[in-house]
Amino acid sequence: MAQAQQSSDFLLRRLHTLAGVIPVGLFLLEHLFTNAMATTPNGAVSYNNAVDTIQHIPLLHFIEFFFIFLPLIYHGVYGLYVAFTSGYNAGQYSWTRNVLFVIQRITGIITFVFIIYHLWTTRFSGKAPTFEMVHQLVSNPAYFWFMIVGVVAATFHFSNGLWSFCVHWGITVGARAQRVTAYVTMIVFIALAGIGVDALIAFTHAA
Amino acid sequence: MSATAVEVAKKTVHLIIERQDNPNSQPYTQEFVVPYVNGMNVIACLMEIQRNPIDKNGKAVAPVTWEMNCLEEICGACMMVINGKPRQACTALVDQLEQPIRLRPARTFPVIRDLVVDRSRMFDALKKVKAWVPIDGTYDLGPGPRMAEKDRQWAYELSRCFTCGACVEACPNVNERTSFVGAFAISQARLFNEHPTGKMHREERLEALMGEGGIHECGNAQNCVEVCPKGIPLTTSIAAMNRQVTYHAMGAWLRK
Ligand code: SF4
Repeated sequence: MAQAQQSSDFLLRRLHTLAGVIPVGLFLLEHLFTNAMATTPNGAVSYNNAVDTIQHIPLLHFIEFFFIFLPLIYHGVYGLYVAFTSGYNAGQYSWTRNVLFVIQRITGIITFVFIIYHLWTTRFSGKAPTFEMVHQLVSNPAYFWFMIVGVVAATFHFSNGLWSFCVHWGITVGARAQRVTAYVTMIVFIALAGIGVDALIAFTHAA
Repeated sequence: MSATAVEVAKKTVHLIIERQDNPNSQPYTQEFVVPYVNGMNVIACLMEIQRNPIDKNGKAVAPVTWEMNCLEEICGACMMVINGKPRQACTALVDQLEQPIRLRPARTFPVIRDLVVDRSRMFDALKKVKAWVPIDGTYDLGPGPRMAEKDRQWAYELSRCFTCGACVEACPNVNERTSFVGAFAISQARLFNEHPTGKMHREERLEALMGEGGIHECGNAQNCVEVCPKGIPLTTSIAAMNRQVTYHAMGAWLRK
């Protein structure tokens, strides 16, 4: 019995890091890519076309539930538990990795809250997902800034999480490999945050 | 010349020590001023307090207790938190420390008295991951297989761990809410998994690392590698064991 409990912890942790990258991280990339359609010359039309294509994916609800919602809920809820069991001592030991360890958990919690509100006001708002709907939302400055914070937190959490993923799965083993990956993931963060913020700004301009 | 001699003679060292009379009593701080001696370390300050247990205000107090053995950073016994960082008191030279020098016990472990802590959990962790080579038996097993020189070199680095507990003290994930064994145990499992005879019990160590308080509790804050007095590449050990454990877990599942 005790043995079963023990190995389940290991499995749950590994699934948590995997879920964060494979379905959830990939979805984040897809989502940012679709949003970036709004920044193209004929932004509103391109964005609405992209959304329309997604709406016509076969088995959309099935895919959405099993490949987005379930892994997202698992990663989020189990992640809150991980953040709760972690200790925080960056005040005493302010080395970069320890500070990033704290930020990873803070951005995780911000992203959790952000995603709930974001889904509430878009996916589950009952409104059609169009450029116009998003434009209405981000025309409210408070909502716009909330979105900016959420996008930056989510892209940081994803990029820095990629770094931890590589360590957790034993991909980057040596100190140099880990250092190089740290730089690469920070570049990924800057690029993704830039793409996300750029799209949000595009949505503020009327179609 | 004589002026500097007088100067040195008058120089003192100011210490602020967090004390505790027994495992269940409340901690309190006491300040001490001891005469400076050229090249002295924190142990020398503590010895001076032991000889002359008078606090900064001239009040007689119980002498401060601490642990020590080798005095050359190979036993690990005198690990304590010095100016906010866990390290060996023997290699903490007063000349290199900011004063007042603040000493605290490593509270990730149960405090027995003053700076003395109970590190049993570290030895339990080593037992859990089977950090040894089992060779006991009723007959001579003969010489074991040889180890490649290039592997011996890095394995030697890992073998320098003296179970001081600095890595455990600095780790944010060793706390009351987890049962994480700590970086050193993972590194020792790697050492014995590499040993040609130790390899024969490889799976048992990996299973232990996948068990309660195992490797998955690591959150990669990487304080361990910063504080290890022996410069052991702990984060490399953890990642290397993550790789072994990953292969082992997938392989075991596919074989069943
Ligand atoms: S790994 Fe380093 S810090 Fe940890 S117990 Fe061993 S010597 Fe001390």
